[in-house]
Amino acid sequence: MSFASEFEKLPLNDLVALSLQTTREAVVESMAKPRPGLADFARLISPAASPLLETMCQRSRELTLRRFGRVIRLFAPLYLSNECINNCRYCGFSRDNPIMRVTLSVEEVRREARAIVADGFRNVLLVSGEHPKFVSGTYLAECITALREMAPSVSLEVGPMEAAEYRPLVEAGAEGLVVYQETYDRAVYDAMHTAGPKRNFDWRLDTAERAYAAGFRRLGIGALYGLSNWRLEALAVAAHARHLLRECWKASITISLPRLRPCAGEFEPLTHISDRELVQLVCALRLMFPDVGLVLSTRESPALRDGLIPLGITLISAGSHTEPGGYTGAGKENVHLTERGRILSPGPEPVGASVAKSATGQFQIADERPAAEVADQLRRLGYEPVWKDWDTALTS
Amino acid sequence: MSLQNKSLIIAGREFRSRLILGTGKFSSPEAMRDALTASGTEMVTVALRRADLSGKKDPFASILEFIDPKKYLLLPNTSGAMNAEEAVRLARLSAAAGLPKWIKLEIHPDPRFLLPDPIETLKAAEILVREGFIVLPYINADPVLAKRLQEVGVATVMPLGSPIGSNRGIQTREQIAIIIEQATVPVVVDAGLGAPSHAAEALEMGADAVLVNTAIAVASDPNRMAQAFRWAVEAGRAAFETGLGARQTVASPTSPLTAFLD
Repeated sequence: MSFASEFEKLPLNDLVALSLQTTREAVVESMAKPRPGLADFARLISPAASPLLETMCQRSRELTLRRFGRVIRLFAPLYLSNECINNCRYCGFSRDNPIMRVTLSVEEVRREARAIVADGFRNVLLVSGEHPKFVSGTYLAECITALREMAPSVSLEVGPMEAAEYRPLVEAGAEGLVVYQETYDRAVYDAMHTAGPKRNFDWRLDTAERAYAAGFRRLGIGALYGLSNWRLEALAVAAHARHLLRECWKASITISLPRLRPCAGEFEPLTHISDRELVQLVCALRLMFPDVGLVLSTRESPALRDGLIPLGITLISAGSHTEPGGYTGAGKENVHLTERGRILSPGPEPVGASVAKSATGQFQIADERPAAEVADQLRRLGYEPVWKDWDTALTS
Repeated sequence: MSLQNKSLIIAGREFRSRLILGTGKFSSPEAMRDALTASGTEMVTVALRRADLSGKKDPFASILEFIDPKKYLLLPNTSGAMNAEEAVRLARLSAAAGLPKWIKLEIHPDPRFLLPDPIETLKAAEILVREGFIVLPYINADPVLAKRLQEVGVATVMPLGSPIGSNRGIQTREQIAIIIEQATVPVVVDAGLGAPSHAAEALEMGADAVLVNTAIAVASDPNRMAQAFRWAVEAGRAAFETGLGARQTVASPTSPLTAFLD
């Protein structure tokens, strides 16, 4: 059964109600269970669990150390294109946003990759907006092949595809696929996605399973916090991860916890999850899933990232750029302004834009420390930064 | 300190230490190097996926630089491989990169519990033995699989005590006892040993060696824990060589009731 079918039957609202009404005693009971279920997870993310956060942190840290050790893996996102046919109200790349756009050529991708590899990264996440005209399967396969000459581990975060479309990308050497549902709240999802193929909620929900069928070995999921009730999102993510662990048993599952950041279009978050609640969520996920990778990006501030690292995080990005060409300036000469999907070329520069020669980023990052500085900080925290954790021999 | 135990012989090579160490999960390569020294180990396993096999001395994948090949036999492992084909490819690449032609064969398609695939392991072992590798396969505690692998010509069998990193000790005791009883090659208990007492138990049972990683790597003081395992392994082996008394359910009095018959 696909997750979309299971999702329909999930009593998410009841679980949120349980979470809001639960007692400290029930939380303690759930914390002690070796294999917590969804109801236990609801209790772990409850307001009643908040006073027990220190205990949760200790337990989460211990579980993470045992399973993953005193190491943190690093990756870098490489943005290929910010062209997009979707309108997502919270995303800087939205089709109707009048921003500077570009799609890097394969040679430009190579240039960006060289810079990332020089910083130490051997694990690269290729990211793009969804626009089949600019970002085709053939183009992606060429980018993957180019990357694999330099970085043994290549993952993708691109528009969802059919399993048959994914297969050539796996054959080209991609081993991981990341797709966030954004929000698991169907009504909010419908309101947020006003145009483009992304409007299809169920199609997106089953993407990870299609990717697994195509041979991807690492599957990343997550919600974007700031669109709906964070407890509802977290419960849905937990249910999704549980489903994937059963159905896609050969894949490593990772969960990301991105919170909305300022971006073009100036969308204001609809809901809020505090730092303390985010920490509680990291711990709850770890208690529920001792073996799942937890990912933290540069969306969060250095202080919060440093604090979260010993609590359950296993994989982080560092020194990231969220615009195509961000690492080297590659592709600058082809940057163009688009408005409502139309290229204005040779276009007028956007009002007040001294940045007119660079593509626009997806969102503003909060941790701007270069990779080497983040690695030094990891060492100070007692963790080994692991850059290479994969060999091409495994997937070639 | 030494208890004058017999040496361990694997594929004709002599090891005074019966403690093999894994190199993952340490807080730094320096911490790993120090723990290796403290443990007294002579054989160290490294995940090939973490090492640089290109020969370019990648400073961002430098784990091998911290393992002195004069002090330790480097035992490359195929962790990450999901099937025989991937494991064989990694092993060949390792040999081509100039690493010892010894291989710890690990094939776990399931990244969650990291349990070994018996079918793929047997397939890969057949190929690698044929190609001249000294093969040390990581297996579930399955006595029949252990025998099948010995027929293929592996150098040891390495049954798990409990899942990797679980610290749960020897949960597979009865099966491991059968593997030891039937073994024609050394038996190394690998995975799940969370305390020195678990390691001692394995050696007391007659296992020839143990492999430990997590319990040492994530200890608050890896050096002390490495030493603790070292002594536990020596003690367990000494007890085995001396011969433990048989266990019984009733007390055995020093002034027996039948003394009047003497």
